[in-house]
Amino acid sequence: MGRYVARRLLLTIPVLFGASFLIFAMVYALPGDPIRALGGDRPLAPAVVAQLKEQYNLNDPLGVQYLKYLGNLAQGDFGTDFRGRPVLETISQRLPITIKLTVVAIAIEAVIGIIAGVLAGIRRNSFFDNVVLVSTTLVVSIPILVLAFVAQFVFGLKLGLFPISGAQEGWYSFILPGLVLASGSLAYVARLTRTSVAENMRADYVRTARAKGLPNRTVVVRHTLRNSLIPVITFVGADIGTLLGGAIVTESVFNLPGIGRAIFDAVRAQEGAVVVGIVTLMVFFFIFFNLVVDVLYAVLDPRIRYE
Amino acid sequence: MSTASASVPYAPGRGGSGPVLEVQDLRVQFRTDSGLVNAVNGVSYTVSEGETVAILGESGSGKSVSAQAIMGILDMPPAEITSGRIMFEGRDLLTAPAEEQRKVRGPGISMIFQDALSSLNPVYSVGFQIGEMFRAHRGTSRKEAKKLAVELMDRVRIPAAAQRVNDYPHQFSGGMRQRVMIAMAIALDPRILIADEPTTALDVTVQAQVMDLLKDLQRDTGMGLVLITHDLGVVNEVADNVAVMYAGRIVERGTVDDVFGNPAHPYTEGLMASIPMLEAKGGRLQPIGGQPPNLSSIPSGCPFHPRCPKRRLGADALPGRHCAEDVPPLRLVVPGREAACHYSEEVLGV
Repeated sequence: MGRYVARRLLLTIPVLFGASFLIFAMVYALPGDPIRALGGDRPLAPAVVAQLKEQYNLNDPLGVQYLKYLGNLAQGDFGTDFRGRPVLETISQRLPITIKLTVVAIAIEAVIGIIAGVLAGIRRNSFFDNVVLVSTTLVVSIPILVLAFVAQFVFGLKLGLFPISGAQEGWYSFILPGLVLASGSLAYVARLTRTSVAENMRADYVRTARAKGLPNRTVVVRHTLRNSLIPVITFVGADIGTLLGGAIVTESVFNLPGIGRAIFDAVRAQEGAVVVGIVTLMVFFFIFFNLVVDVLYAVLDPRIRYE
Repeated sequence: MSTASASVPYAPGRGGSGPVLEVQDLRVQFRTDSGLVNAVNGVSYTVSEGETVAILGESGSGKSVSAQAIMGILDMPPAEITSGRIMFEGRDLLTAPAEEQRKVRGPGISMIFQDALSSLNPVYSVGFQIGEMFRAHRGTSRKEAKKLAVELMDRVRIPAAAQRVNDYPHQFSGGMRQRVMIAMAIALDPRILIADEPTTALDVTVQAQVMDLLKDLQRDTGMGLVLITHDLGVVNEVADNVAVMYAGRIVERGTVDDVFGNPAHPYTEGLMASIPMLEAKGGRLQPIGGQPPNLSSIPSGCPFHPRCPKRRLGADALPGRHCAEDVPPLRLVVPGREAACHYSEEVLGV
């Protein structure tokens, strides 16, 4: 197991290099001149443009630019944006917002999704089961953009239950955007749990547990739920990695200055160093949480062994 | 009458100390999308202390369903027990409160299943699953339960029990897994053990070991054993009495030697003729013609009549004994032998 984890962690290194280079190349390939765009309506003096281009190595070919970037990175320098602001500072400022949003979203999708799925799975074809099936289908079929605006309008504006914009009210500000962000996964978790529970209820070992004369609660919790939740937990774990990458739509609609907004702005301004820094971080989160999930899977299911 | 031999006549409901388990007129239906399935249609039998009763039948004859009904582990719905009594130590389990039924499962009646791999929970160690019996029924501590589990694993002859107690079901071989199931089932010294095709999933040499183990355990504990199987060889080796099931009914019952030696029902006769015999090498096996009945539309009269070589229809039939019209009741044909055939005397040749 330890060896497996070590190998997986080592494998992330080439992946991170590959991902960062790809992103670097894509930003390089974007049309337009980022320096000239800096000036907006008032063109910058040619001398200033030349100086900035020199400063940011924009005259070099792609490969050289990338190697210079890596060289700086090796010295712990993540570079700056065109206004001289260190990328690391941007990340450290934006990441807490995204982390909070992720925590809220994961909590909502896990708690509500699992409870709804378990109840629906235990009472298949009941009224509640049908409510879950219909509502999850509905949620999955509505684009998140629509959902975000509707939630903002109804719960924020009309009912006034939640703030509609910004992160001024601490964790409370994250409930509505968290709910919107979680909705898709929430529906998926509920469905996955339902199917898994329903399947496990029919399993032979559940029949054995009954034949052993175990109390009903033990049969359900110990011999049905524990087994049913293995795929659910692994899905939720992987979802953490995805959500930490930032949510461009949700963060934009609710005006939360998180990683998603940062990357959107950086791409528009062709800020190579910022885009590469953030995306590489996203890739790392994604890989890391997938590894955590794989390890967790082996812990939860003794049949899984990594060699 | 704990270990009935061939000379002891089969006496339903009368053992040395009376039967421990008495199933009376059990009927089970399944409601399915394609209609009502009559899986068990009036089954009665008794099991006394130390007795081994084999329930013999093809798949779909209702033998497993009746066992699950006794255990109270049928999924209801779709299953429904429409009538009958299951008397255990003088109480009817079917009308007992759920909590009381639960307390019988394990210390009173326990069960082992055909496929031990799927019947054991893959995510718990075997020691934990055996120990659960003590924890649930006796409130034993986790640590103590594990110790008892090791002792049980020793008793069912699992080598190196102390080392293997923390292993998971998938780390055991098929035969060892079935031993784990047996250890679990005998943990609380049940008075009745129902073994539902315990050796079907095992290869032949392992089958014999597992059957030997069951016999030894039975001798040690005096528990009654209900052996559900379609394996005539297994029945012949270990059972005292046998009940042959067809279409959810018992069609013949008696001591194994009597029933196998001289069947009183054409279906049993057909089963015997389909056994491969060493001495009949080269000869052809005689299968029973036709198909087992569809349980949602069981043939009228005797359910076996469409396949029966000895059926009497029309003018051949005696009054009130028309094979396609009159249902033959399970009746005493000769002392110690019951059969559900209008013409059992002819089949027997008495």
